[in-house]
Amino acid sequence: MTDSTITDKELHLEHEEDNRMWGFSIILLSESVIFLSFFAGYIVYKTTAVNWLPPGVSGLEIREPAINTIILVSSSFVIYIAERFLHKENIWGFRIFWLLTMAMGSYFLYGQAVEWMGLEFGFTSGVFGGVFYLLTGFHGLHVLTGVLLQAIMLIRSFIPGNYAGGEFGVESTSLFWHFVDVIWIVLFVLIYVWQ
Amino acid sequence: MTTTTPQDLIPKTPPNWRKYFSFSTDHKVIGIQYIVTAFFFFLLAGVFAMIMRGELITPEPDLLDRTVYNGLYTMHGTIMLFGWTFPVLSGFANYLVPLMIGARDMAFPRLNAAAFWMIPVVGILFILSFLVPGGPAQSGWWAYPPQSLQNPTGNLINGQFIWLLAVAISGVSSIMGALNIVTTIIRMRAPGMGWFKTPAFVWTVLAAQLIQLYGLPALTAGAVMLLCDLSVGTAFFDPAQGGNPVLFQHFFWFYSHPAVYVMVLPVFGIFSEVFPVYARKPLFGYKIVAVSSLIITGLSGIVWVHHMFASGTPGWMRVVFMASTMLISVPSGIKVFAWVGTIWGGKLRLDTSMLFAMGGLINFVFAGITGIMLSSVPIDIHVNNTYFVVGHFHYVLYGTITFGIYAGIYHWFPKMTGKMYYEGLGKLHFYLTIAGTALNFLPMHPVGLMGMPRRVASYDPEFAFWNVLASLGAFLLGISTIPFLLNMVSSWISGKEAGNNPWRAIGIEWLVSSPPEHENFEEIPIVIAEPYGYGKDEKLTENMG
Repeated sequence: MTDSTITDKELHLEHEEDNRMWGFSIILLSESVIFLSFFAGYIVYKTTAVNWLPPGVSGLEIREPAINTIILVSSSFVIYIAERFLHKENIWGFRIFWLLTMAMGSYFLYGQAVEWMGLEFGFTSGVFGGVFYLLTGFHGLHVLTGVLLQAIMLIRSFIPGNYAGGEFGVESTSLFWHFVDVIWIVLFVLIYVWQ
Repeated sequence: MTTTTPQDLIPKTPPNWRKYFSFSTDHKVIGIQYIVTAFFFFLLAGVFAMIMRGELITPEPDLLDRTVYNGLYTMHGTIMLFGWTFPVLSGFANYLVPLMIGARDMAFPRLNAAAFWMIPVVGILFILSFLVPGGPAQSGWWAYPPQSLQNPTGNLINGQFIWLLAVAISGVSSIMGALNIVTTIIRMRAPGMGWFKTPAFVWTVLAAQLIQLYGLPALTAGAVMLLCDLSVGTAFFDPAQGGNPVLFQHFFWFYSHPAVYVMVLPVFGIFSEVFPVYARKPLFGYKIVAVSSLIITGLSGIVWVHHMFASGTPGWMRVVFMASTMLISVPSGIKVFAWVGTIWGGKLRLDTSMLFAMGGLINFVFAGITGIMLSSVPIDIHVNNTYFVVGHFHYVLYGTITFGIYAGIYHWFPKMTGKMYYEGLGKLHFYLTIAGTALNFLPMHPVGLMGMPRRVASYDPEFAFWNVLASLGAFLLGISTIPFLLNMVSSWISGKEAGNNPWRAIGIEWLVSSPPEHENFEEIPIVIAEPYGYGKDEKLTENMG
C-alpha cells in the first residue's frame, strides 16, 4: 500500500464523519414532512369538520401542556450546555447536564401520560379524538426515542476514550432533540392555543 | 464494436455468483441484486397483466371471479411500481453513481445493503397476501378509502393490511436509499468534478431522490392514518364517522404524482447518456438538460391535484393545477428537444441500446401529448377513470420507462458483466417489444375516448375489437421477454469478452475494468472535462485517460 492510498483512507474517514451528519440532517428534514402532513391534515379537519369536538367535550385544558412546553423548550438549552461541556472536554459537566435533559424529557412524557389519562375522549372519538392522539402520540414517540438515545450516549460516555474521535452520536442526538422541540411548539400552538 | 484495446485492465477478482446472495456492501453487487430481483417482480406482475388481458378478450366475465380480478389489477400496479420500477432504478443508481462520480462506494454502504434486502421482504409480503382469507388488497394501487377500509373477513391480518405494511417497508427502504444517494452525489464527487462536469444521469438521479425525500413522508402520513382507520377504528378517512376521504387522496397524490418523476427522471438520465454515445455527438444543451431536472423536482410538488379534478375539487383549484401541470411539461419538452438535437446529424449506430432509447423517446413524446390533453380539465373530466388514462400512463411506464431501463441494461451490460450480449437477440427483443407496446397500449386510447371504464372485468361488446388487439399485444410483450432472458443469461455465462469500453463511450465508468474491481479505482480520478466530449480530442481526467 502506497502513501497516497493511506492519506486517501484517512481523508475518507474524516469525510465519513461529516457524511453521517449530512445524512442525519437529511433524515430529519424528511421526517419533518411527516409532521407537516399531519399538521396540514389537522388544519383541514379543524376548518371543515361539522362536529369538531366530540359530544360532552368543551375544549382542552391548557395549564398542564403549557408547563410541559416550558420544560421541553428549556431542555433544548440544557442539552446545548451539555454539548458545550463535552467540547471543552469536561466530561462530568456533560454528564450532569445531559442527565438533566433526560430528566426533563422524562417529565414531559409523564405530563403527557397524566394528561391523556384525564381526558374523557379516546382515539375513536371522531376525527378530533383521532388527530389529537395521532399528533401527541407520534410526537411523544419521538420524545421517547430522544430520551432513549440520550441514555445510550450517557452510557457510552463511560467507555474510556469513546468521545476522543468526534461526537457524532452526541451531536446528532442533540440535533434530534432540538427538532422534537420545534415540532412541539408548532403542535402546541395548533392544538392547544388555537381552539 | 467489440475490439479490445491493449491497455484493457483485466479484473483480478474471479467472478463469484455467491456474493449476489450475501449481505454485500459493494455498491456494484447491490446494484445487480436490485436489478435482478426487480426483474423477477416485473415478470410476476406481467403474468398478472396477461391473466387480466385474458379475461378481457371477451366482454363477459368468464375467466375470473370479479374479486380475483380486483386483486389482480391492484397487485399488478403495486408490484410493477414497488417491485419493479423503483427497485430497478435504484439498482442503476447504485451501480452507476459511484462509478460515474469517481467514488469508491456509496456514502453508507451498510445502510445501502439493508435498504436492498427490504425489497425481497416487500415482494414476499405482496405474494403472501394472496394466501390470507379474503385475498390480496382490492382497492387499486392507490388504496382510496372507503374501498380500502372495507374488511369483509373481519381479520386484523387482511390483504389491505399486508399491502399497507409492505408499502411502508418499501417506503423505509426508499428513504434509506434516497438519503444515501443524495449524500453520495453531493459529498463524494471526484476532485475537479464540479456540478457542470457531473454526468446528466447523476443529475437526474439526484433530482429524483430529492423528490423521494420530500414526497414520500406525505404518503407515509396518509398510510399511517389509513392503517389506524383499518385496524384500530379511528375516523380519519371514514365518511360515515365524519372523516374526510378526499384528504387521503391529497396525501396519496402529493407523493404519487412526483413519484412518476422519481421513476422517469433516471430514465431521462439514461437517454441523456445513451444518445451521445451512439450518435457520436456531445449531449445537446447539457447544462440545460441537467438544470431542467431540478426544475422538474420543484414543479412536481405542485401538480398533484390534477389527479383529483373529479373529486369535488373547487373550480379555482382546478385552474391552478391545470396551469401548473401544463408548466411542468416545459422542462420535459426541453429534454426532448435536447435529445433530438443530439441525434440530429449524428453518425448513428443502431445497436439495441440505441434502438430502445429512440423507441422510448418516441413513446415519451406520445405519452406527453396525451398527458397535456389530460391536464386540461374538460378533457380530464370526460375521460376520467377510462382506458384513455390507462393507455396514457402505460405509455409512460412501459413505453418510456421500461424502454429506458432496457436501453440502460443493454448499454451497461458489458460494464457490469465484462461480457458482450448477442446483438441479434437484442434486436429481436426490441422489435417484439415495440410492436407489443403499440398493440397493447394504443387501442386503449380510442376505447377510453369511447368511454370504457378501467378496473372492470366485463364491458360492453362494442369495445370488443380494441380489447382483443390489446390482449394480443399483452401476450406479445410476454413473449418479448424470452429472447431478453435468453440473451442475458447466455451472454453472462459465455459471451465474448467486452473489454473496458466496447462502445468507445466517454465517462469515468468506461475507464475502469469490466466488471470494475472492488472499490472501483486504484487512484481516485481527477476530472478535467465534461463527460460529453464526442468529436473533440480531449482527456476526461488528468490521471486515468
